Amino acid sequence: MNTIPERRAARPIEIGKWLRPAAPALGVIAALIVGTGLLMLAKVDPVMAYGVMIKGAFGGPRQIQETILKAVPLVLVALGLSVALHGRQWNIGGEGQYFIGALFGTLVAVTFTNWPAILLIPATLLAAMVGGGLWAAIPAYLKVRRGMNEIISTLMLNYIGVLLVEYLVRGPLQDPESFLPESAQFVQAARMPAVVGRLHLGVLLALLLAPLVYLLIWRTPIGFRLRAVGSQSKVARTAGIDPAWSIAFALIFSGALSGLAGIIEVSYLHTRLKGASISGGYGFSGILVALISRLNPFAVLLVAVFFAALTIGMDAMHSLAKVPATLADALQALVVLFVLAAEAIARRGEQ
Amino acid sequence: MQGIVKQFPGVLANDRVDFDLRPGEIHTLLGENGAGKTTLMNVLYGLYHPDAGEIRLRGRAVHFRSAFDAITHGLGMVHQHFMLVSPFTVADNMTLGQPSPRAPLLEHTRAVHRRISEISDRHGLRVDPSAVVWQLSVGEQQRVEILKALYRGAEVLILDEPTAVLTPQETDELLKILRTLAGQGKSIVFISHKLNEVMAASDRVTVLRDGRVVGSVPTKETNERTLAKMMVGRDVMLTVSKAPPKLGETCLKVEDLWVDSDRELPALRGLGLEVRAGEILGLAGVAGNGQTELEEAIVGLRHVKKGRILIDGRVVTNHTPRSIIDSGVGLIPSDRYGMGMLPDFSVAENLVLSTHGGPPYTRRGMLDRNAIRAHAEKLVRDFDVRTPSVDTGGGSLSGGNIQKMILARELSSRPKMLVAAQPTRGLDVSAIEFVHKQLLAQRDAGVAILLISTELDEVLSLSDRIAVIYEGQIAGTVNTAEADLHEIGLMMAGHKRAEARA
Repeated sequence: MNTIPERRAARPIEIGKWLRPAAPALGVIAALIVGTGLLMLAKVDPVMAYGVMIKGAFGGPRQIQETILKAVPLVLVALGLSVALHGRQWNIGGEGQYFIGALFGTLVAVTFTNWPAILLIPATLLAAMVGGGLWAAIPAYLKVRRGMNEIISTLMLNYIGVLLVEYLVRGPLQDPESFLPESAQFVQAARMPAVVGRLHLGVLLALLLAPLVYLLIWRTPIGFRLRAVGSQSKVARTAGIDPAWSIAFALIFSGALSGLAGIIEVSYLHTRLKGASISGGYGFSGILVALISRLNPFAVLLVAVFFAALTIGMDAMHSLAKVPATLADALQALVVLFVLAAEAIARRGEQ
Repeated sequence: MQGIVKQFPGVLANDRVDFDLRPGEIHTLLGENGAGKTTLMNVLYGLYHPDAGEIRLRGRAVHFRSAFDAITHGLGMVHQHFMLVSPFTVADNMTLGQPSPRAPLLEHTRAVHRRISEISDRHGLRVDPSAVVWQLSVGEQQRVEILKALYRGAEVLILDEPTAVLTPQETDELLKILRTLAGQGKSIVFISHKLNEVMAASDRVTVLRDGRVVGSVPTKETNERTLAKMMVGRDVMLTVSKAPPKLGETCLKVEDLWVDSDRELPALRGLGLEVRAGEILGLAGVAGNGQTELEEAIVGLRHVKKGRILIDGRVVTNHTPRSIIDSGVGLIPSDRYGMGMLPDFSVAENLVLSTHGGPPYTRRGMLDRNAIRAHAEKLVRDFDVRTPSVDTGGGSLSGGNIQKMILARELSSRPKMLVAAQPTRGLDVSAIEFVHKQLLAQRDAGVAILLISTELDEVLSLSDRIAVIYEGQIAGTVNTAEADLHEIGLMMAGHKRAEARA
C-alpha cells in the first residue's frame, strides 16, 4: 500500500525556501569548517592550506584552464547520466563505457594514421561514442529482454571494460617500441586541437552538449517518453509508449557520452591508450555530479567545474602545503558528503 | 474545533471552520473533493498547524505538534492510503513505533497477539494477528488500520473516505463495526461524499463547501437531496435520463479469452462479450473477478494466452498498446494513478501522453509547446478541469479533476471504442454527474462503451445491456430494461443465468 510520509506536514514548510538554492554552498562551508579541525589535528595551518587550494585551482589563467580541462570528462559523463536518470535508468557503468570508448577511438586513431585531422578526429570521436554505446547496449539488452537490473550489470561491466583495456595495452595493442603498457602514440591529426590557449575541442563540445541535452530532455518527444517511462513505466505503457525503447536509449546515450569523455581525455592528455591511469574515476564522480546538479544540464557545468577545482586544489595542497595525500582525499570526501547532506536536508524541508 | 483557518499557497482550505464531536457519536464530514474535509482532519490530527483557531479536547485547549501528540491524546486516524508495512504481520504493525515493555528487545509476540484478540473480540473486528499484511484484502487491511488506532488507545477515530476502496459487502461490514464502536462510547468522524452511506451510517452531518461550514444537521432530520444541494450549492441530478440507443455495428468482440493474473493464475477463463457502436455494455461483478485483467488485455497491457479480441472485425489480440490506441480504443483506467496519469508531468503534458509524438504536437522532431498548451487550455475549459494553470503538476489536482483530465485526454482523440473502468470510483457527486453525462454523450455519438464497474447502481443507470462477470467468465447478459436486480445479484454470486432465473 502507498504510504504518505507523516513528517512532511509536521515540519515547518519555510526551511527549504531559502535553503534550497544555497544548500550546496552551505555544504561546502560546513565541510571546510570540519576540515579545518582535521588540518589542525595534522598540524597544518588551515588558512595557508585553503589558500594553496584555491590558488591551485583558480590562481591564474594556467590554473583556471587546468580546472576547466579537468571538468570536461565529468561534464560529458554527467550529461549522459542526466538523460539516463530522467528515465530512471541507473547507469553505474560510466567507467567501463569510458574505457571502451577510449579503446574504440584509439583503434581508429592508430589505424587510419594517414587521414587528415578533419576526418580523423570526428571518426575517432564517433568510434568512441559507438564503443561506449555498445558497452551500455549490453545491460540495455539484458534489461529489456531478460529483465536484469541495470545497476548490477552496468556495475559489473566496469571491471570487464577496464581490465579488457588493461590487457590490450599489455598485449595486442602495445606499442612495439615501448616497454610500458601503452598503445602507439596518436598522430598529431588524431589529437584534440586547441581552441583557446590550452582549451581544446572537447571543452567546446562539452559546452555545446549541455544545451543540446537540455533540449533533448525537455523539448523532444524522445525526452518526453523518457521522462514518462522514468516517472511511471506502467502509465507510459498504457499511453502507448514502449518503455523498452526509452530504457535502451537512456543507457546507450549515456554510454556514448562516457565513451566520448574517454577518447577526449586519452587523445588530448595521454596521446595514447594506457591502463587504469587514463581515468580519474570520472565514470563514478560523474554520477555524483549529475545527482548534485539535480539532473539539470546547465548545473552540470558548474558542479563539474567545482569537482575539478576540488581535485586540483587538493593536489596543490598535497604538493605545496605538505598536507598528507590521505588528508586531502578525506577533505574532498567531506565536501561531497556535506553537499549531498545539505541537498537532502533542503529537499526534505521543501516538501 | 473553533474558527479553524488553514491557508495554502493560493487556496484557503479552511475558512473559520467550527466542528464539534460528542462521545459515542458518528459524525460525517461531507463535502466535495477539495472542500477542505481532509485538511480539517489533518489539522485535528496534528499533521497541519492551523493558521488560526483552536482545538479543545474534553474542554481543554490542546496544541498538537505532530501526529504523535494527537495519538497520545487518544486520537486515531485511518487514512485513505493505508499506513501499513506490507511485509510485516498484523501484530508487527500494531507494535511498530510503540515502546516495548522489554526494551531493547521486542515485546513477546504472544502477549501482543493476546491483546489484539482482546480488542478485536470487544469490537467485533475479526483479524488474524499473525497474517502478513500484503496477503490481506483491502477491507481486511482497513480493519487492521482501525485496530491499530484502537490498540494505541484511540477514543476518537477519524476515517478519511473509508468506503472508497471497499466493495458493497465490505462497506456494510465496516458500517456495522463503526456502530459497535460508537455504542461503546468511541467518537467517530467519518469523511465521505457518498450520500447513501452518510444517511445509513451517521448520527450527525456537517457539510463543508469551499472551506466553509454550510451547515450541521442531525441525520434524522435531513435527506439525500437536501444534503446534495448543501454540498454542491445547487440541485443535482441523482439519476440519469437517456434516450434509447442507436445501435451500430459490433465494435468490440471478445472471444473465448484466457488471461492470467499477476500471480499467474487464470483470471479470465474463456470470457466472451460483444459491444456494438452506440451502446454501453455494463460489466457488473464483485471486484477481483477478472475485471482488471479484462481491461488490461483489451488495451494490450496483458498477455492473452488464448482467444481473440477484435476491434471493428480486425484481430488485435496481443498487439502493442500503441497499435490498439491507433485502432481507436480509449481507456479510462481503473487505476487512475497507476495507469492514467503522471503526477510529476504538467496537466498539459498529461493531456498529450499518447498523442505527443505526432503533429501538431511534434514538428521536425521537437515538441511544439505552444500547440500542447493551446490544446490543454481548450480541454481544461471544455471539461471544466479545475487547475491553477495547465503547467501545474497533474499530481496536485484533486481526484475528480484528475479523472476529468483523463477523460478529456481520451475523448479528445475521438475513440471508436471506450473502455471505462471504475470511472467514478472515489469521485464526488458533481464529478460523477459530469463523467456520466460525458459517457452518455459519447454513446449517443456512436462510440461503443464497455463500462466496467463494481458500483451496481452505476451499471444499472448507464448501461443498455448488462453482462455479469464471475470468476473470469460471463455469468449472463441481460437488457437493462428487463433487468431483475435479484437475478443480477445471484449471477454476481456465481449462479449462471439459467439458474438465477429458475
